[in-house]
Amino acid sequence: MTTPPVDQTSVMNRTLVMNNPLADEGEEQSWEIDLLRLTTAGSVDDGKSTLIGRLLYDTKSIFEDQLEAIERASRQRGDEEVNLALLTDGLRAEREQNITIDVAYRYFATPKRKFIIADTPGHIQYTRNMVTGASTAGLAIVLVDARKGVQTQSRRHGYIASLLGIPHVVVAVNKMDLVDYDRNAFESIMEEYREFAGQVGIRELTFIPISALRGDNVVDRSENMPWYTGATLLEHLETVEVGAEEDHGEFRFPVQYVIRPHQDFRGLAGRLASGTIQPGEPVLVLPGQVETRVRSVETAEGQLDEATAGDSVVITLEDEVDVSRGDLLVRPSQLPTVNAGFDATLCWMDGHPLETGVPYLMMHMTRQVQAYVSEIVYRTDIETLERTPAQTFSLNDIGRVRLVTARPIPFDSYDENRITGSFILIDPHSNATVAAGMILPSGSKEHEESSSAPDAASPNVVWEPWNIRREEREAAYGHQAAVLWFTGLSGSGKSTVARLLEKRLFALGCRTMLLDGDQLRHGLCGDLGFTEADRSENLRRAGEVAHLFFESGAVVLGTFISPYRADRERVRSLFPRGRFFEVHVNADLETCVARDPKGLYARALSGAIRGFTGVDAPYEAPDAPEIRLETDSSDPEVLVDLLVNRLREEGLLPVAAENNLHG
Amino acid sequence: MNSARLVMPSGDAELSSGQAAGGSHPAASSVSVGDTMITTARATGSPLIFRDRARRRDHLDQLEDEAIFVMREVAAQFERPVLLFSGGKDSIVMVHLARKAFWPGRFPFPLMHIDTGHNFGEALEFRDRFVESLGCELIVRLVQDSIDRGRAREEPGPNPSRNGLQTVTLLDAIRELKFDAAFGGGRRDEEKARAKERFFSHRDAFGQWDPRNQRPELWSLYNGRKNPGEQFRIFPLSNWTELDIWQYIVREGIELPSLYFSHQRRVVERDGVLLAEGPYNTLLPGESYQEMTVRFRTVGDMTCTGAVLSGAATIDQVLQEVAAARVTERGTRSDDRRSEAAMEDRKRLGYF
Repeated sequence: MTTPPVDQTSVMNRTLVMNNPLADEGEEQSWEIDLLRLTTAGSVDDGKSTLIGRLLYDTKSIFEDQLEAIERASRQRGDEEVNLALLTDGLRAEREQNITIDVAYRYFATPKRKFIIADTPGHIQYTRNMVTGASTAGLAIVLVDARKGVQTQSRRHGYIASLLGIPHVVVAVNKMDLVDYDRNAFESIMEEYREFAGQVGIRELTFIPISALRGDNVVDRSENMPWYTGATLLEHLETVEVGAEEDHGEFRFPVQYVIRPHQDFRGLAGRLASGTIQPGEPVLVLPGQVETRVRSVETAEGQLDEATAGDSVVITLEDEVDVSRGDLLVRPSQLPTVNAGFDATLCWMDGHPLETGVPYLMMHMTRQVQAYVSEIVYRTDIETLERTPAQTFSLNDIGRVRLVTARPIPFDSYDENRITGSFILIDPHSNATVAAGMILPSGSKEHEESSSAPDAASPNVVWEPWNIRREEREAAYGHQAAVLWFTGLSGSGKSTVARLLEKRLFALGCRTMLLDGDQLRHGLCGDLGFTEADRSENLRRAGEVAHLFFESGAVVLGTFISPYRADRERVRSLFPRGRFFEVHVNADLETCVARDPKGLYARALSGAIRGFTGVDAPYEAPDAPEIRLETDSSDPEVLVDLLVNRLREEGLLPVAAENNLHG
Repeated sequence: MNSARLVMPSGDAELSSGQAAGGSHPAASSVSVGDTMITTARATGSPLIFRDRARRRDHLDQLEDEAIFVMREVAAQFERPVLLFSGGKDSIVMVHLARKAFWPGRFPFPLMHIDTGHNFGEALEFRDRFVESLGCELIVRLVQDSIDRGRAREEPGPNPSRNGLQTVTLLDAIRELKFDAAFGGGRRDEEKARAKERFFSHRDAFGQWDPRNQRPELWSLYNGRKNPGEQFRIFPLSNWTELDIWQYIVREGIELPSLYFSHQRRVVERDGVLLAEGPYNTLLPGESYQEMTVRFRTVGDMTCTGAVLSGAATIDQVLQEVAAARVTERGTRSDDRRSEAAMEDRKRLGYF
């Protein structure tokens, strides 16, 4: 049997090259390097994958077998040069579609720093991935194609970076080789992007002209752009300051796990979210408000004199106090907010849209608590940054919401603390992570404009989920719950139509409830007048009452003038999409004055009543109500037919409900 | 009697595991017969190496703190976690981190080894000594049993890999012992498909991974909610690279199997991989074994774990070599070289 000799040198050559960046720094190697997490975002054409490939390649972080593999793949694809983008496009579906579809993590190190790159796609449908990658990043690289200038995508990435509180943003103006390394092209992009960055509040912004394909200013300084004297991308990444903020923040220690190896030791395991703590310092356990002192800070290496942000440690306390997972240790002099509700920026990440008023599980630090969105304040269009009213959030929507939690919880705003100010929402049925949230400072201007913040006054009310879920009631009753909100001038015929409709629905066997503006004002809202603020509060209460009946499975008919659009939108936000019908009952003012069923117009016109809608107070007619009824010309019975048919078409009433549901 | 106990599913365990070249399988300190019997040992592990905790937190401190945080989350969120222990350096580092995470208590989960039966003797010997010194619980499940029961079928060919078959044994064991979370030593730098893994990786009731439908993982909020029958794979070392692992092993003074250090061994080069002589590898026509100075960068199934030529006999020399290495450690695994998407395909089915 003949044996081909194994060529030891060839194997040796293939496995070892003495050219690693870590080995470059003299004989004495130091592993004392720190860590920078960064995120990159860019579209398929911006050359993001090529940039990452270039960073890895030029820092000699690509292993030979990886390079061989992409050389082979490049040849198969018919690429002329080695396609560095192939290094980062991991999954099979991506290779087939030529796109990055998820967050992929890449690692490289230089003698100064270890880098973790969260590589996220730039397509609009993958906003959720961008938010995910940005959540842990200390720096973001936004790619701009020098030929195309600042496009909406580059703005979007900057916006998300600012939203997620990334301290440093680098705008890499790529493909400079394709604009002949033109300084003007670079500077006009810089000017335009700076203006945009000012609007969204990016904290630190750096511009670098590069060519990822050719390697200009990525790792090595470009000879083609002598006019640029700043740092190369890698130099910038190696020197940017990281991690200082958390150390200087207020002490926050979310308790993760209680370690109790024997009776004499009870330790609270966790990682410092921010700040520092030393043995002997007083601490407050939240939300229980118990004060005690730190006895020791333990690690497997022994006790520490001080623990700082990011340390995973075990803290023991002087007193036997009741502390468990989910509690938060703070200094009595550095209190966070404790409340059962707050406003937050929410990014929706699930295919099923957000349902307001429906409980989700909120994961906040190490705590899980039930929470629901009580109000959608606005949705932000991430292309235009315009804020628009919204009834719900769908996948990749971002905007401001109000949240109510089942118990008061301690928190900071996200711009103060990225750990105690962030949360996710989990769908309790599918267990999917459906949203990421960033808590907004309380009492900010927008907040005051948008609502009267009633729950803030009673932070200790414990909110419980419904005992019998609406879906179960609906199944038992044979029809769906819904809300028809009749809005229109006094005398337009709201009550007439609604009363007839309720009788018809009741005859069909529906659970119904008619909420009448006048009735509510005699009881529940007897303390309110007719100023704009009182009208607003009146409608808030009406909306909440309607919500209770809605959850009981009823078809709720509300007849309220509700003259202000914002108030109606707030009521709408309490209900799932498809269940709330704004019914604009329209009649000419003259008709209404002529009808004047309660003699109110006569008194208003004589000046006996002030602030009467249509006379000396405005009525903001709905722009796009679900249903519009013209009562000048139509018989009420005809309008009722129309409404019943509409409810059937929407699938809320059974089609064959000629038969009585009661029977 | 030793405090550590090995739980074997059947009495013929020693026959199938580890009569490999270079070492014999040491007798387990206690062999229990029967599938579900688990013995919890009580003993204090040897004290951890104490190091000076420098004020400045370097990258290893940050990686360690992150891994510890993840392990504590698992202990808090799951009922029955298990740590998948292969005897390789990554799982040894994981155990080290677990000891730190729950210090001064004991880590609240057992170790489990899915034994292909094609192990290096040194690895098994180390495993048993390691478990004994820690006084922790080790569960062993054998791929050979899955084959014998007809649950898995041996690959045909000259060096059949049992890596794929491990999946069957692993999933059966998870189901049988009702584990709901299994720690794996997988790192995202190892391979392109792994680059997209989460720390908490959801697996459906069939143990399968769906890379297109992963839960987004934000900040350090790990969602471990699941329906009955579903499970999670947990990867506390996600953000570590091979170099980080070695730097950490040096810094912490962690003991490793001798396979990782330079030694003389008879090997055959096949498709660019140096395969060790052993009972499960057969020579192809024209091949023969040659004695070389080698070490292993990963320790797995003998039939597919390749050696590298190396004179690195001490841990510092290994670290220097790894820092200068120009081939990924997975490049020495012939099972990943089969196709460009080999790892992704195996992961979808429920591989580690």
